[in-house]
Formats: sequence, structure tokens, C-alpha cells
Amino acid sequence: MPTKPETVASEGAAGSILMELSDLEVHFQLRGGALSRLVGLDTGSVRAVDGVNLSLHRGEVLGLVGESGSGKTTLGRALLGLAPATHGSITYRPRGKDGKVRERVVSSMHGRELRQLRTDLQMVFQDPHAALNPSMTIETAIGHPLRIHGIASGAELHRRVVESLERVGLSPAERFLDKYPSDLSGGQKQRAVIARAIILDPEVLVADEPVSMLDMSVRAKILQLMLDLKNDLGLTYVYITHDLATAKFFCDRIAIMYLGRIVEIGPAAEIFADPKHPYTKALLQAIPEPDPRQMVPRELPRGEIPDAASPPLGCSFHPRCPVAVAECGWESRDLRSLLEEHWTRQDPAVYEEESALVGDLDRLDEPQKQVTIGTAGSSTRVKQMLDRMRDEKPDEPFWLGVESVTESAGGVDVAFHQGYDPLLRRTDGVEVACVLHPQPVTTEPSRPENHDRA
Amino acid sequence: MELRDEDVRPADHQAGSDGPVIDARDLRIWYGTERGAVRAVDGVSFRLRKGEILGLVGESGCGKSTLGRGLLGLLPAGAKMDGELRYKGEDLLALPPKQMFAMRGSELGMIFQEPLTRLNPLMRISQHFEETLKTHEKGISKQEMQRRALEALRVMGIPPTRYRSYPHEFSGGMRQRLMIALALVLRPSFVVADEPTTALDVLVEAQIIRILHDLRSTYETSLLLITHNLGIIAEACDRVAVMYAGEIVEIGDAREVFSNPKHPYTRELLRSTISLSTTGLNYIPGAPPDLVEPPSGCHFHPRCPDAMEVCRTTHPVMRQMPGGTRTQCWAADLANGFVDDLTEDLTTPLTREEISVADEA
Repeated sequence: MPTKPETVASEGAAGSILMELSDLEVHFQLRGGALSRLVGLDTGSVRAVDGVNLSLHRGEVLGLVGESGSGKTTLGRALLGLAPATHGSITYRPRGKDGKVRERVVSSMHGRELRQLRTDLQMVFQDPHAALNPSMTIETAIGHPLRIHGIASGAELHRRVVESLERVGLSPAERFLDKYPSDLSGGQKQRAVIARAIILDPEVLVADEPVSMLDMSVRAKILQLMLDLKNDLGLTYVYITHDLATAKFFCDRIAIMYLGRIVEIGPAAEIFADPKHPYTKALLQAIPEPDPRQMVPRELPRGEIPDAASPPLGCSFHPRCPVAVAECGWESRDLRSLLEEHWTRQDPAVYEEESALVGDLDRLDEPQKQVTIGTAGSSTRVKQMLDRMRDEKPDEPFWLGVESVTESAGGVDVAFHQGYDPLLRRTDGVEVACVLHPQPVTTEPSRPENHDRA
Repeated sequence: MELRDEDVRPADHQAGSDGPVIDARDLRIWYGTERGAVRAVDGVSFRLRKGEILGLVGESGCGKSTLGRGLLGLLPAGAKMDGELRYKGEDLLALPPKQMFAMRGSELGMIFQEPLTRLNPLMRISQHFEETLKTHEKGISKQEMQRRALEALRVMGIPPTRYRSYPHEFSGGMRQRLMIALALVLRPSFVVADEPTTALDVLVEAQIIRILHDLRSTYETSLLLITHNLGIIAEACDRVAVMYAGEIVEIGDAREVFSNPKHPYTRELLRSTISLSTTGLNYIPGAPPDLVEPPSGCHFHPRCPDAMEVCRTTHPVMRQMPGGTRTQCWAADLANGFVDDLTEDLTTPLTREEISVADEA
């Protein structure tokens, strides 16, 4: 039974850092409507990657793990210069033929220089059915990078294609050279995609969900192939996935991402043995194990990953966090979610009555630290309703964030505690961005909760 | 040879309301192609009781989706179904298409994989519900429609404030809940869910599995849950049917099948699943067979580590094993003393020629 090989990442040693990301941001401008473009209004932006510091060590497998919308794919693409960095830098430190380490700044490369970079940094895509041109034979497709970069042609090209195919297990290569992608099974196609990625003899492979489209019985084979290639060719991997189970097996270090940020990073063994961030814990608990005696716990984080165009104040995870505290950045939109959740449990008649009292919820959509709901006439009853909600679910973390609920001239004023947006801090062997770590509760270093966001 | 799925506990199978909701016997679905008939489903028998969740698991191309669609009469032109399929005692295969059409929705429901492609982007959620209810229940009042729709949404945890929203205003997980609510608002007795969580994230997936698992308490729906993820089966299902090359090779109580798999395919599938407790990589060599010309004997024998000479020549019979699961496998028969009359040459292990990567899935 093949087992996970021990990899020794000589940490700390000079030159062991192959790529370094410093305060990287990738923001995508929203297009907005025709009118707002015409008058030049700021239409906002999607913060796909929002301030990431990360170093990739030579020879390691680094996992980027998170849900869709966490920015993991964008971060992976940014490493290759496929997504433009709007702020911060990406530095690549290849070792030249003379053994000296040079420094190349990926984030400021363009055109020819960037294309040249692809001979060192390559990508394996998620969907093998879409990553291969259906009208190219396997030989043409696999040899394409060599021709694009003008490295080989003719007999030499053919020789290297055959070599690459056999290296990924598609042997005898003659059986595959003239085939089209539609003649291949899913696992074979993914092997072909990997063959194309390694034919340029790259140093880093960014693998974006390389096995998630494949059958369970094939996944292990492709992962084993990737481990073998890593050892044979001295590759460094960035493994992007939403699947913590394969990440646990495959990765040396893991970075858990949420809404464009890294919320926890450290050696895989430590993260799985003792997850710190509530989001990491939730992800681990939610994995369905093929064992009917173990059940996923009832208490799962509610809701889904928020909109990266207007992230929550404070810690992005606080609206879903089961252990959130007063400092997490509570705000008006959380009140809206709470009211909506409350109404899903109520009788339609009660809902009609209460929603009429509270009035339009849309005014809560703009993030605010103090809001007024209801009207002067309904203030007493709105206050009573809020008190009732608090009594029904006293454990709801939301109430920790509420500083005061007072009746005023315009209705009921709800004010929230000041929050913090925690930065990564070292706790035991890992780094965590959560006010709960390290204990006791600390909020420094952190950014202000509405750090150029709101 | 009789390959029927005889009832395990006859006491459970009484006439009337306690009878099985779905009773499939020797069901076959073949597709016509240029190369010959593809035997996508080849002699499948199973029963589904009221409020029961049966998981159907297998690799791509094993026929699990075809079976799910076939049960609802949603097969494409060029496919032919044969055998016996009874819904609450009624023979579905004998129904004229018009009556079958009327059954779908109100009696038989379906939850699809990709919710966004199944919702009309130009219609509000309220209109989706109104259309569904009006089509199946003529003369229903507007108030009643809204009451039923809001109730279905409430069970799925969707706030009533979102009743008049459009599909694009919902997140992926919410859309899948909408699909489930739309399928259940008519209170069908039998629902097929085809990979309902494949497009979703792990946290949302867990939420949806939880909802599906709780369905029986709110709706008493019988559910066929099709998935390739063994973890989901373990989480949500009472019973599990493992499909390979158009056949159910093992079926039984989920706990029993997972803790004590009798069929080598089930065992290898469990071993090749990468979970948090995985310490080594295992996989099943080779690929699922071509269903135009499936292998002789047991369809799994070319990939089976336990294969014997008899597996190559003779198709095994479905038998009930100790522990209550039923499986079709010569090796399991032998281990449990069902076939004492096999000669020694029949039980010689097959030397499996190295299956090269070239033939893998």
C-alpha cells in the first residue's frame, strides 16, 4: 500500500522560499449599469484576494482550502500571473543554472516576460473535459507548450511528447498519440493534462481541484501520480481544493481561506490535529465520513459565504460563526439575517404582523453600527419583539454584539459594539486570524473593522 | 435462474398502506446505439418503503442516473424499459404517457443536480410555486397557494421575506433548497434526488444532507438518493444499493453494508474513498466495462481481487447474507457456505493480468 512520503522542507534555510506573496490583493472592478459607467460612478469591486501574505517553500505541497468564493482559485491564478494583482507583490525565486537564486517579480511582469515565466510555473485545471481542445489530437495538445515556446520541433518534439505521456502512465504512448480527448476517460484526460503541464519541465505546479471531477475510484490514482511526479521531478505544488480529506493526505502545509483572506495557516498535521479557527473546525466537522456510526453534528454554521463585493464588517466569518463574541464586528446586516431567520420559525400570521411593525428591511443592507427599526408608533412593540427573540434564543452570538436596544423618537435604536478585523497571529504551531486566538481574547494586531471596506 | 429481489422480511410487506412505495423487479433499461444495445440498467430489483431513504451509489457510467430517471418515466427517446415497476401497487410501465405525466410532480418528484438551470430566471419564486401548484391542483385558491408555498419554504429554512425574489438573488445552497421545496410542495410520495449536492460547498452540502435526512419526519417521503459520495450515503440513508455495470451488486442496511461489506466491489469502493481517516491511497484497477458487451460471468471479475474461475464463466445469484444484506458474488457465497458443490477448478483464483493505466477510468 503506497503511503504518503515524508517530505523534508528545509524551513528557514535561505533560498528555501520559492515564491513569496506580500500583501497581495486581486480586486475585480464591477461593471455596474450603463448610466453609472457613463457618469463615472464608483461601482465597487469584488475583493477576490484581499491582503494575503504567504510563502511557498521549495519542494513542499501547499494546500489552499476553502469554499467557492473564498478566492483560492484567483490566488492560484495570480501566482501564474493569470489574474492581475491590484496591490502587493508576488516574487518568484528560481535557482539558475549557476546555482544562484534570482528574484523575479511576477506581479509586475507583462507580455513576453510573463509568457516566458510559464515554462517554470504551470497549471493543472479542474475539469479535464474542458482543459483539452476537442479538435486537437493528444500529441498536438501535449506538445503545444513546446511549440509555443519554440523549444522543440519535429522528431525532438515527438520524443518529448512520448516521454511525457509515459511519465504520467499513458503507455504505450503510441496508443494515445492520435486519439482525441473524447476517446479518453476522465482519468486518462487528467493524466494528459498533467503531461502537458510537466512537458516544459516546470518548477511549480498549481493544481486547481485536479481530482474533484473524477470518480472516487480514480482520485487516489491521480493523487498518487502527482506525488510520484513530485518526487521524480522535484516539483513544488500548490494544491487548490475544497476537499479537506484529500488535502489532509496530500499537503505538507495548509492555508484555510475565507472571503479572500487566509484565516488559518500551518503544517497540515497540526491543523487537522487541533483546528483553531471556528471556520476550520466547521469545515472539518462537515465532511461526511463513509461511516454511518459517525454523524455530522447538528450545529453547522448557518448561511453561506457572503458577497465579496461588500464583505461583513470585522471578521468576515462572524455572521456564521457559532462562537462569535462582542468584538467580531456585528452590524446592521446581521440584524436583518436574524429577523429573517426568526420569521422562518414563525406562523405566517405572526410574520405578517411583525414584518409590518419593523417595516422595510432594505435600510439594514448598508453596513451600519447603529440602526433604527420600526417607527415612533410601533417602537414599544418592536422592542418587545426583540426582547422575545432574545429570550427564545439567548445563546445566539448576535446578542453579544449588541451594545444597546433603546426606544427613541423614530423607533427602536440598535447599537453594536466596536469590532475588530483580526490579522494572522501565531498560536502554537499555526497562525490564526481570530480574536479568540491566542487566548485570552486579544484584538491586536488587527485592522479597524471597516478597513476601507464599507 | 431466478434473480428476483424477494422480500427480506415478509412481515414488512403487507397489502395496503404499509406496502412498498416502489417495487421494482428485474428492471432493464437499454439504449439503442450504432454499436448495439447499451444495457444501462440490467435486471435491477429493489423495494422502497414509506419514509425510507435508499442511497444508490456507483461510479460514473454504472447506470445509476438512468435508473433514477427510468423510475420517473423520464427516459430519452431511444431508450426502452422492461421488467416490472409498481408504485403503491400500480403498474407504472403499463400507464399511458398522459397518465404517467400526471403522476409526475404530484406523486413522483425529482430533485436535480444543478438548481440554477432548473429555475426560470425571469420568474419570481412565488410564480414558480404558483405555476407548480396550479398545474397539479386545479382550482386551488390564491391564499392556499401562498400558504402551502410559505410552509414549504419555512421547512427548508428560507425566510418568507424572500418569497417574491428572483432565482439569481439566491445563493447556490438556497437555490437547491428552493428546488427541494418546489418538489415537495406537492407532497409526492416518492422523490428521486440525483446528485443533489455535487455543485455545492462542503458546509452547504452538509446542510442539504441534513434537510434530506429530516424529510421523512415532515413529509413521509420515500427518497432515492443518487450519489457517488459514500460519505453522503452514510450520513443520510437507511439503506444503500451499490451499482456496478448496470446491476445492483449489493443492497442492504447502510450500517451493515459499510461496516461489513460482502461484495468485493463495495469493499474496494470504500477503501478507495479518501476521507479524513485515510492513511494510504487505494484504488480499483481498470475501468468500468463497456455496457454494450459486458464481461462474461460476474461483470466485476476483471477488476476483482477475489475473482475465481467460476466468476469468469457464470453469473452469480443474488443471495441474502448473514447480517441481512443481499449480494451477488461467488466469493461471498463460498465464504458463507452457500455453494458447497463448487469443484476445485472452479474456485481457482483468477490470475489477473496487469491492468494498465491505459484502460483506467
